[in-house]
Amino acid sequence: MRTLDTKLLSDCVYRLAAKAGLTLTDSCRTALLNASQNESGAAAFALESLIENEKIAQREKMPVCQDTGMAVVLLEIGQDVHLTGAPLTEAVDDGVRRAYCEGHFRKSVCDPLTRVNTGDNTPARLHTEIVAGDKVKVTFLPKGFGSENMSRLYMLTPAEGRDGIVKAIVEAVKLAGSRPCPPVYVGVGIGGSFDGAAFLAKKALMREVGSRNERADVSSIEEEALEKINSLGIGAQGFGGKVTALGVSCEIAPTHIAGLPVAVNIQCHCVRCEKETI
Amino acid sequence: MKKVTLPLSEKDKKELRAGDCVLASGTVYTARDCAHKRIFALLDENKPLPFPLEGAFIYYAGPCPAPEGKACGSCGPTTSARMNAFAPRLLKLGLGGMVGKGEMSEETRIAIEEKKAIYFAAIGGAGAFYGNAIRQCELVAFPDLLSEAIYKMQIEDFPLVVAIDSNGKSIFHR
Repeated sequence: MRTLDTKLLSDCVYRLAAKAGLTLTDSCRTALLNASQNESGAAAFALESLIENEKIAQREKMPVCQDTGMAVVLLEIGQDVHLTGAPLTEAVDDGVRRAYCEGHFRKSVCDPLTRVNTGDNTPARLHTEIVAGDKVKVTFLPKGFGSENMSRLYMLTPAEGRDGIVKAIVEAVKLAGSRPCPPVYVGVGIGGSFDGAAFLAKKALMREVGSRNERADVSSIEEEALEKINSLGIGAQGFGGKVTALGVSCEIAPTHIAGLPVAVNIQCHCVRCEKETI
Repeated sequence: MKKVTLPLSEKDKKELRAGDCVLASGTVYTARDCAHKRIFALLDENKPLPFPLEGAFIYYAGPCPAPEGKACGSCGPTTSARMNAFAPRLLKLGLGGMVGKGEMSEETRIAIEEKKAIYFAAIGGAGAFYGNAIRQCELVAFPDLLSEAIYKMQIEDFPLVVAIDSNGKSIFHR
């Protein structure tokens, strides 16, 4: 049994959040560069501006996007870890609070009814999973809501099957149109339950842009959906073009014999995700 | 690239065409969902607005707090479609135009055409780029809304694309 003070987790969340606000993932940056070389006109202008934008963000220590997001935190906690110190949720929120206040990040969290801002971007959307081992893997994904708003959950029937899944993914991106800041990154959860599919979709967004699911039948859905999305012609910012999505990532889990939940979680082109294992 | 000043002259409004890329300088007022709701409440109660609508440009945006030595933090556009509920009425009251990101509704497009206004798309996600091009940022109203408050901004060389021109032609129509 390894003892771990939650202060270390708080500091880790702080480090990851502070970095994520200012940085695109390497795979996202590469995908944007590739996309900019394949476009022309207003779409190319948009993509080139985005590449320049990250350079300014790094140089000026300003967030790449003003929507520094809701703080999504995934902790994969080894079952041989004994957590001590402040309660885990408080420790995670403390890390978020410090990073958002010190980094001049926007505080974007409010009460859903009164719309009163919590003032420090807490609470985080904290997910925990118990895994083997004595380490904790921390993943920090700041999630902007221009794209989150365009996400959808489909409760398909088993009869709709694989083709129904591809259709749902493409439809969600088509209906979103220019609103979620395309080119988008599409996270898809297939199976599980109503809530489980949505969580799988979020986890899919934590993968590198352009990565492939290990299962060949799942990977083929990723490929086909991406091809069809990029035939929609929406393009960067909706200005028209060949690149509407930078990637599609699917995660899968067993589901009920009566159902086929498919969650489509849309991420804008500003993919920010930092990870650390402690 | 053509340089323009906001609020736009009637001549520029007439000449700019959907798809044109411009560098815009001048004055904009930020307003998002909550600020629009409050503007509507003031209009319904016949109370004065925090800024004169006539000819003004609204920037659909909510900035990050300004770091040391800067007028403003990161400040790219937010999704304009959420403001479809508000834009037509404000245009009819004389609003000169809007700056945001993504498509707007048919009702908004018609209001833009009728009032010979204009809608510019900024590059969504380019928050640092735009934030760095804001020279002055002054709180105008609703400080309790934090980033959603109304700010008067002086901008310099904002890269924008004409998304709906004064003839009602939209770059998003396919």
